[in-house]
This record gives sequence, structure tokens and C-alpha cells, in this order.
Amino acid sequence: MITAIIDYGSGNLRSAAKAFERAAREAAIDTEIRVTHDAETVRRAERVVLPGVGAFADCRRGLAAVPGMEAALDEAVRRRGRPFLGICVGMQLMADRGREFETVDGLGWIAGEVVAIAPADPALKIPHMGWNELALRAAHPLLDGIASGAHAYFVHSYRFACAERRDVLATVEYGGEIAAVVGRDNLVGTQFHPEKSQATGLRLIANFLRWRP
Amino acid sequence: MLKMRVIPCLDVKDGRTVKGVNFIDLIDAGDPVEQAKLYDREGADELCFLDITASAENRDTLYDVVARTAEQCFMPLTVGGGVRGVEDIRRLLLAGADKASINTAAVARPDFVREAAEKFGSQCIVVAIDAKSVGSGRWEVFTHGGRRATGIDAVEWAKRMASAGAGEILLTSMDRDGTKAGFDIPLTRSVADAIRIPVIASGGVGTLDHLVEGIRDGHATAVLAASIFHFGSFSIAQAKARLAAAGIPVRL
Repeated sequence: MITAIIDYGSGNLRSAAKAFERAAREAAIDTEIRVTHDAETVRRAERVVLPGVGAFADCRRGLAAVPGMEAALDEAVRRRGRPFLGICVGMQLMADRGREFETVDGLGWIAGEVVAIAPADPALKIPHMGWNELALRAAHPLLDGIASGAHAYFVHSYRFACAERRDVLATVEYGGEIAAVVGRDNLVGTQFHPEKSQATGLRLIANFLRWRP
Repeated sequence: MLKMRVIPCLDVKDGRTVKGVNFIDLIDAGDPVEQAKLYDREGADELCFLDITASAENRDTLYDVVARTAEQCFMPLTVGGGVRGVEDIRRLLLAGADKASINTAAVARPDFVREAAEKFGSQCIVVAIDAKSVGSGRWEVFTHGGRRATGIDAVEWAKRMASAGAGEILLTSMDRDGTKAGFDIPLTRSVADAIRIPVIASGGVGTLDHLVEGIRDGHATAVLAASIFHFGSFSIAQAKARLAAAGIPVRL
């Protein structure tokens, strides 16, 4: 049983892998955490994690550049219904399209667009960087044991504007409401970094590793 | 609501902390990883390592420290000191750092910041600015640990680095560093108000009220301190409690 963390050249995956290993160990979940750029590994994985840092278009191109990866993702996640977790830009890639610097199609798994954060208060800094409080909008196994007011670590300048309200599982306030956790069917995503969010993050990762949608 | 950040910084040389007292609850007080774990438990919002290893051959000790920290502390880790090229950043990130802080190399070659931001994303590029007062309301950028003047205006430099793709600015007053007299508030506010990206105030913290001033009066969104935490004068928890008492949003 493999949990595949997809390595497509976007950022540092060591700390993410370490957090997943720790969460699995503490929750006594039997899964092998494997950082991989091999499409076949992703195709056969029990669970799939798509991290992502940097710009939407770069990540989209990076993912497309890995031979067979998009087809493997489509098969594992869309056809076989394997649990999928997108993190930060990895979450944003589920959108229909991103509008960061240029307009680029996303995977189109969760309806909506990725747009610039435009806080009502111009004194608010961009990127939205640091610890912010989650406000839960819907019950979901991913958020089991996590309450509104829990802190998570964010660093982003763009946000996922979901077309459907019901796809937003948690929000965060930053000069307006920002989607912090999205989910539909076997897909979930966090705008924040669970691997950097201490106990709350490890809890969410363990929930994901246990999740049977 | 976004919380203001408290960031303890550790000076690391040849893989060991440089200064500090013997914390009785540390297995090895000279091990930066043990110190990082203590800060983690106390509620630090991020960690910062400043590597001051002089020789290139001992640089590997830093990567080892970063790797061991990343295995045990699941919070953002910034590493600065000796970051001169894209390859240095890559090695730090692969070891488990989240952000790399660029100082002298940015002045030597400003395009480096743009290249690094394009390669790794702005979120992991911190530009460290060491500034000294040069008359009323003006500050100049210094490099090489504050020894070398550049003739560059600090506020203009911060704007330029922000537009080059820096994700945040770590601003240190060389006049105040080590004095325990508090942040240079006019400097901090001048830079923070001039740019849209976050500013981390640094240099001069001697009391907990100095931390309050950096955010309330200096308009910084994070405060960095080394010695008050490292020498055990105050704990991270005490710092946060004081900020909260002053009405500043913090993660408790």
C-alpha cells in the first residue's frame, strides 16, 4: 500500500514526506510514503498527494512535463477513485483554470478559478503569510478532531474561488474570505501547508491517510 | 485573523549553536536541533538558522542540522548565511528548509533574487537587508555582516527586492543589533510601509515590549530575536503573552 507524493520539480518534498511518515507512524497507519515522479507508481498508489509551490502556470507545466503523469493521475484519482490530497498550488491545480500572470487551464476537477487575493484592507500584506485560524464550513473526515479556530500555516498570493459553495470545507479570513480546505467526492485540498502546521497539520494528514471516501 | 509571528533565530557555526546558556531541559545545549525542538514546543511560529560557518568545507554540517530539524519540527524553517547561488538554495530545500535568506549575494547580483524566485517560488525567498542610519530618515544597505557600505538606500532596495520576487524582507538594524535598545522603529516602519510583502523586524530586542513596538509602531508582521530567547531571558510563550496583552493577534 503506497501513498504517492508526486515529485514534479515543485519545491521541497523532504519535509512533506517526513510529516506524512510521522503522521502515519503516530496513528499506526500501515502505508509506505513514497516521493515519486514515476507515473506507474502513481497509477497503482492507494492514495495520491499533489504538493505544489510557486506559480500556477509553472506547476501546471511541470506536471504536464512528467511523462504519463497526467494520464496516471486521471486513472488513479478520477477513474479508480483513490483518495487525493492537493496541497497549496497542488490544491489550486484542481480548479478549471488559474489566472496567475497568465490564464492556464487546471485539471478541472473542482469548479472554480484561481485568482489573486485582493484584501479589502490595502494595508494587509501579500502574500498571505503565517498562521491563520480555520473556520469550518462542513463536516468532513479530513477535518476530524480539528475545530474552528485551529491554526494552520499559509503562504500564498492567489486563492481558489470555488464556483460551488458546497465544495468549500473550511475558510480563513484575510481581508475577505479565502477557501482553506476544499473537497468533493474523493478529492480534498488544503490551501495551507499541513506539513508545516504542527499538530493540526499532522492530524489532518493522519485523517487523510485513514480516509475511505 | 492572520497572526503576527515570533521567530527565534539561532546562530549556527560548524553545526553547533554559537552562544547561549545551558538549558537544563536540553540534552545537548550546543545542538541547534535540540534548541529548535524547545522553541517548537514553546510555540515559535517559525524558526530561523543563521549559518556563520567560515570555511566552505564545514558547510555540510549545516545541511545535517537542517535535515535533522526538518525531521522533528513541522513548522517553517528559514536558513540564511552563505546563500550565494541557486545551488545553495536547492541544497537547503532538499535538506528540509522552507525558505532561504539571501543577503550579500543579492547586492552583489540583484538578478539572483529574480532567478531564485522564478526557480523556487517567491514563498521561499527571503531577502535579508542589513541597514545603518546615514542621517535623518535615511538608511543605507550594508553587507558582509555590516562591515561593508554599499551606498544603496535601504527603502529603495526593499522595493526593488520586492519587485524582483522576494517573498518577504528580513530587516536588521545594524545600529541596534546587539544593543538590546529595541528595534530601529523609523527604519522598520519606513520599509514596511513602502512595500506590500511582509517585513520581519530584527536587531536590538532586549525586552518583550520591544517586540510589541516592532509590530505596533514598526508595522512589521513578524519579529525576530536571537539572544533574548537563546540566553533564556524570556521564553517564546512569554513573548506571545506580552504581544497578546498589547492587543496584537498571536497564535497562543
